[in-house]
Amino acid sequence: MQIYLPIAEISVNAFLLFGLGGIVGILSGMFGVGGGFLMTPLLFFIGIPPAVAVATEANQIVASSFSGVLAHLKRKTVDLRMGTVLLIGGLIGAALGVLIFNYLKSLGQVDLLVRLCYVVFLGIIGSLMFVESLNAIRQTNTPGAAPKRRRHNWVHNLPFKMKFRVSGLYISVIPPVLVGICVGILAAIMGVGGGFIMVPAMIYLLGMPTKVVVGTSLFQIIFVTAFTTMLHATTNYTVDIVLAVLLLVGGVIGAQIGTRIGVHLKAEQLRILLALMVIAVCGKLALDLILQPSERYSIGTGGH
Amino acid sequence: MLRLLALLLVLAIPLQAEEIVSDLSQDEVSINATFDGSDILVFGAIRRDAPEPEGELGVIITVAGPDQHVTIRRKERKFGIWVNSDEVEIEQAPSFYAVASNAPLEDILRPSEDLKNRVTTSQAVRQVGANVLDSGSFAKALVRIKSDQDLYQLNEGAVSLSEDTLFSTSIEMPANLTEGDYATRIMLTRDGTIVDTHETVIPVQKVGIERLLYNMSRENAFWYGIMSLAIAIAAGWLASAAFSLIRR
Repeated sequence: MQIYLPIAEISVNAFLLFGLGGIVGILSGMFGVGGGFLMTPLLFFIGIPPAVAVATEANQIVASSFSGVLAHLKRKTVDLRMGTVLLIGGLIGAALGVLIFNYLKSLGQVDLLVRLCYVVFLGIIGSLMFVESLNAIRQTNTPGAAPKRRRHNWVHNLPFKMKFRVSGLYISVIPPVLVGICVGILAAIMGVGGGFIMVPAMIYLLGMPTKVVVGTSLFQIIFVTAFTTMLHATTNYTVDIVLAVLLLVGGVIGAQIGTRIGVHLKAEQLRILLALMVIAVCGKLALDLILQPSERYSIGTGGH
Repeated sequence: MLRLLALLLVLAIPLQAEEIVSDLSQDEVSINATFDGSDILVFGAIRRDAPEPEGELGVIITVAGPDQHVTIRRKERKFGIWVNSDEVEIEQAPSFYAVASNAPLEDILRPSEDLKNRVTTSQAVRQVGANVLDSGSFAKALVRIKSDQDLYQLNEGAVSLSEDTLFSTSIEMPANLTEGDYATRIMLTRDGTIVDTHETVIPVQKVGIERLLYNMSRENAFWYGIMSLAIAIAAGWLASAAFSLIRR
């Protein structure tokens, strides 16, 4: 069934989008990631204009993270105070990100920037996750080697300290705000929630307990992506509501299935699979940048 | 005597000797939610007040979408990756352009006529003020890319002409159309010279929900954004509610 997307102005197969939403939903249910970093490149591949893909994906992430955070609120695993601090940084970052996005769009380099961001971040996260899960598998095979954790690093010597009761932390607000800004910029440029960067940053930089990390990350992602959606909708007119709905339906159903599959598999194996997938997407995008393109010319509408 | 002279004069002016009468299978194209391209049948007849004149007869039909100002960018290898570097702006390029004829264009259309009436695709793409070397390759690239997307079509021989009088062709409009008025021209040529032109317009418009959403996204961008978010939040909540129902 072909559906004409009013904003993207192309006709796409609705079942293909259901399917994409479903597959990414399954993965996000299995691995606990937003899935934006997979969905946005997939949308590029099927021919959705990058600007529309990025803006619409931000809107879809609002839905999946809202659904996720409700579950976490019930379990009381959301640090609202930390979330708010991250959020302040996130909103600043998102505004900066949209400014950068629009500036590069006028230069004709937005495509390059989005792709470069993907290659760099997917590459880093994919390799780190791969190494980490390999180590985890080795550790389970050789018991006794307890993971070391630094409780004190340079982060704890900064001013403007604040108490975060749920996380059990007493740290400066500067690092969370900075982390928020970085993730906000990425969210606006890449059309992702930034969970795959936020989560490691919260654990390793801020030293937050793992159990509250996912919920808190989701909490602030809702607002940052909602803000990003609004900025894209009002400045670029690139949010395609029909595309968002098609992806949402598949994503929501997929997430349910994914959660069930995830329960039956081993965490380390799951992460290795996810890492390989991330590296594969990264590799494909990197090849596109490095290899000579079959068509060197591209058309953009409008002048300066 | 005067009458005879007048008649001779009328016959001598080829413009009035042959005239196009034509119609379209549809007056407009509506882009609705399930729009997947559209075929438009252009058909008609050549009316003659006198015996058929000498010379090879040609029928050329063009359909042109609204003009766009486009920027064409070329990728160069910099620091090991391919980035957009040179760019050329083309003042007016039709968003869609289809040419159909009953014979190869070079046989039925003189280059001077083509230049004057901008019939072929390369003439329809108007380029001004190029500041890049080999800017011609940019215009060629535009035509190539648009042709790949079926937005520029050249169908020589697609017009069927029977008994030098009745003609018809089908113009295939793809799904990725831009809204606007599509100017349709039917040109009649004798020995490469255009003897009559018939022009009409096919409006292409989004209708129904497509129209509504598109207008809303431009005119009420804020509320459109809010609506998108509301749908997302509602879907997220529904998913969560469904989750807990199934778990229970």
